[in-house]
Amino acid sequence: MRLEKCWFCSSTIYPGHGIQFVRNDAKIFRFCRSKCHKNFKMKRNPRKVKWTKAYRRLHGKDMTQDATFEFERKRNRPERYDRNLTENTLKAIKTIDKVRFRREETHHKNRMKGKIAKERKEARKELDQQIHMLVAPGAKDKHLSPAKVTVKVQHESTDENRMEE
Amino acid sequence: MRKVKFTQTNFHEKLSTIIEEFPRLDDIHPFYGDLLHVLYNKDHYKLALGQINTARNLISKVAKDYVKLLKYGDSLYRCKALKVAALGRMCTVTKRIGPSLAYLDQIRQHMARLPSIDPNTRTILICGYPNVGKSSFINKITRADVDVQPYAFTTKSLFVGHTDYKYLRYQVIDTPGILDRPFEDRNIIEMCSITALAHLRAAVLFFLDISGSCGYTIAQQSALFHSIKSLFMNKPLIIVCNKTDLQSLEGISEDDKKLVEEMKSEAMKTLIGQGGEPRDGAEVLLTMSTLTEQGVIAVKNAACERLLDQRVEIKMKSKKINDCLNRFHVAVPKPRDQKERPPCIPQAVLEAKVKEAEKEKKRLEKDLEEENGGAGVYSASLKKHYLLANDEWKEDNMPEILDGHNVYDFVDPDILQRLEELEKEEGLLQEQEDDEVEMDVEDLTPQQQKELAEIRKKKSLLIREHRIKKSTAESRPVVPRKFDKDKRFTSERMGRLLSSLGLDPSKAIERVRSKSRGRKRDRSTDHDMDVDNDGSNKKMRARSLSTSGSRSRSRPPTNELVPGEGFKDSAQKIKAFKLGKKSVEKRNKDARKGVDDDDHDLRRGWPVMIEVWMNVGGIQKMRAYDFESYFLFGRLHVCFILVSFYTFLNL
Repeated sequence: MRLEKCWFCSSTIYPGHGIQFVRNDAKIFRFCRSKCHKNFKMKRNPRKVKWTKAYRRLHGKDMTQDATFEFERKRNRPERYDRNLTENTLKAIKTIDKVRFRREETHHKNRMKGKIAKERKEARKELDQQIHMLVAPGAKDKHLSPAKVTVKVQHESTDENRMEE
Repeated sequence: MRKVKFTQTNFHEKLSTIIEEFPRLDDIHPFYGDLLHVLYNKDHYKLALGQINTARNLISKVAKDYVKLLKYGDSLYRCKALKVAALGRMCTVTKRIGPSLAYLDQIRQHMARLPSIDPNTRTILICGYPNVGKSSFINKITRADVDVQPYAFTTKSLFVGHTDYKYLRYQVIDTPGILDRPFEDRNIIEMCSITALAHLRAAVLFFLDISGSCGYTIAQQSALFHSIKSLFMNKPLIIVCNKTDLQSLEGISEDDKKLVEEMKSEAMKTLIGQGGEPRDGAEVLLTMSTLTEQGVIAVKNAACERLLDQRVEIKMKSKKINDCLNRFHVAVPKPRDQKERPPCIPQAVLEAKVKEAEKEKKRLEKDLEEENGGAGVYSASLKKHYLLANDEWKEDNMPEILDGHNVYDFVDPDILQRLEELEKEEGLLQEQEDDEVEMDVEDLTPQQQKELAEIRKKKSLLIREHRIKKSTAESRPVVPRKFDKDKRFTSERMGRLLSSLGLDPSKAIERVRSKSRGRKRDRSTDHDMDVDNDGSNKKMRARSLSTSGSRSRSRPPTNELVPGEGFKDSAQKIKAFKLGKKSVEKRNKDARKGVDDDDHDLRRGWPVMIEVWMNVGGIQKMRAYDFESYFLFGRLHVCFILVSFYTFLNL
């Protein structure tokens, strides 16, 4: 039993899931679910579809080259069974996973570096430039957003007061 | 002329075929010749055929003569007469030979049913008195199904069966019973068997009924034997004592025994005459019982054996033997010297043979399976013969999948080493990591953040409105500002907006008002006074102030009090209007223009009847439908029916 990768989105296909399509030139396309299958039938390029791993790798959103990827390689020649080796392999898989995860996190962090500074700068700029939405340039008192005051209506009230209601 | 010729040729043909097809008694095997003679009488047969021959010739002659005459016929009548005469004569000739033709036809039918006996092949002949058990014997050893009945002469003709012995086919011929009579007195049936005896070179089984249940004593039977023993010349003879279940050979009387001995000696003579060693006579005299099937096979085997020997002997003596002598004899080279030359077997083969002999049977997997419960229960352990570094690992189940990875992809002899390197690398990386991110830009204060949020809200609102406007501008008509229900574009609102922005709106409002068109009504403060007395009626105030300039309504608002109307105050006016509306409401719902005193609808002119409709638990009024329309429908319906009826009639 082998876990395969979906051709479209590169997620793992567990047994009992998905569809395999064999083309006339004997190339096998495996899909994890009908979403990927239908996208494939629509002849969409996974490198252009935002949510696929292919896109993410291509556009630098996810880590591409790393030492942890070298551990996992499809080996065609089977090794003779060795209990110790298998034990070590199983333990190694776990540590490799952890390492890879940490590295992906750092990659993400590096990508997102400087975002906050940029956002704050933009906010400040917007505040400076668009303040006219709140306070007119020619306003007399120039204090921002006067608080709403409820005034009791009186008959002798002037026009202005009525306006302010 | 042609007709005559044609008839003649036809006759000729037919008769010739008859003559040709019938066998000539001299040309066929003497056995068949004699058989035919016995059955049909040679002379008669020949006579009949001769008659047909003469008839044929006669017809030819007749035809020839008349053709000659016809050549010189002068008139058509003469020719016709001649033709008729010729045909007539031919017919008479044929009529004369009619009986012989019938006789020949009978012969033909009978001959077709004769059994096919090959005179040259191995044959066994069965003969004896009637009812001794010949037919039952043949039934036993072959597949022939001959009638077996208690009365004599059940078998009336020869029957053939076939049996096998030592991979050879033997014909077994059953004959009708023979009685002890002088030769001349015998009837046709007996003659059949005599003929067979005479002509066929076969082993003869003479059947003897020991018990005498056939109706004839042993004495009579032995008498018969002696009378026909001349026919047994050069034929292997076996005397078979049948019906031993009724009477055994030892139990018969002395005289009978003597007679039997005599027969045996006669049979022995034939044996000796054949050239075989004289034996004790066990082969010549056999006992059996066809009822209990005791000894039947022995008889058959003995007969076949005897016949075979005889035939082989004859063949050996004949000239043809030289041709097939090589089949009997294997030439062996004469040894030229005394040296021994044993057969040469390679050493390996000898060793293997030895091993084969001493090796005991291996325990197979199959045996193991059977021991442990059979095919469905036991499943063989395929890992038994694995070659591993440590034999304890043989039955290990290795996991193939772990955490979404294929374990086989990771298996590597130096995985530990690589893992170490990876760990080292990782440690280094972690040290190099920057812990804090420098923030050179400060965050906004909460106040600023609130303002920013408001700015963004307003902007998004503007954008949304713009989008709506953009989409509807060309496709859908927009309500102009003065008619909009939400009253978004009033000067009051504008004033509010401006004041929220921090500006003084009064000037702007004044300007707006002065620019707008004036109303009919005076803008006086009396209204305000009246209005104020009623309490808070914000709406009216707003209208009187804001819409005083514009002419949004062509008529005065309904709620406004007009002095000439006779209302006390605006509240009363409102109530009055409401009452008025109420009265009209019902009528409007019934979709009527108006009703006069007698409840007649003003539009139609006839009484408006309210139909008692389908009962759904009470009388329901017909609400939405017009009664008139139903009438119309009804009329349409009737018209339709009438139309169809008329068309039907016309058709």
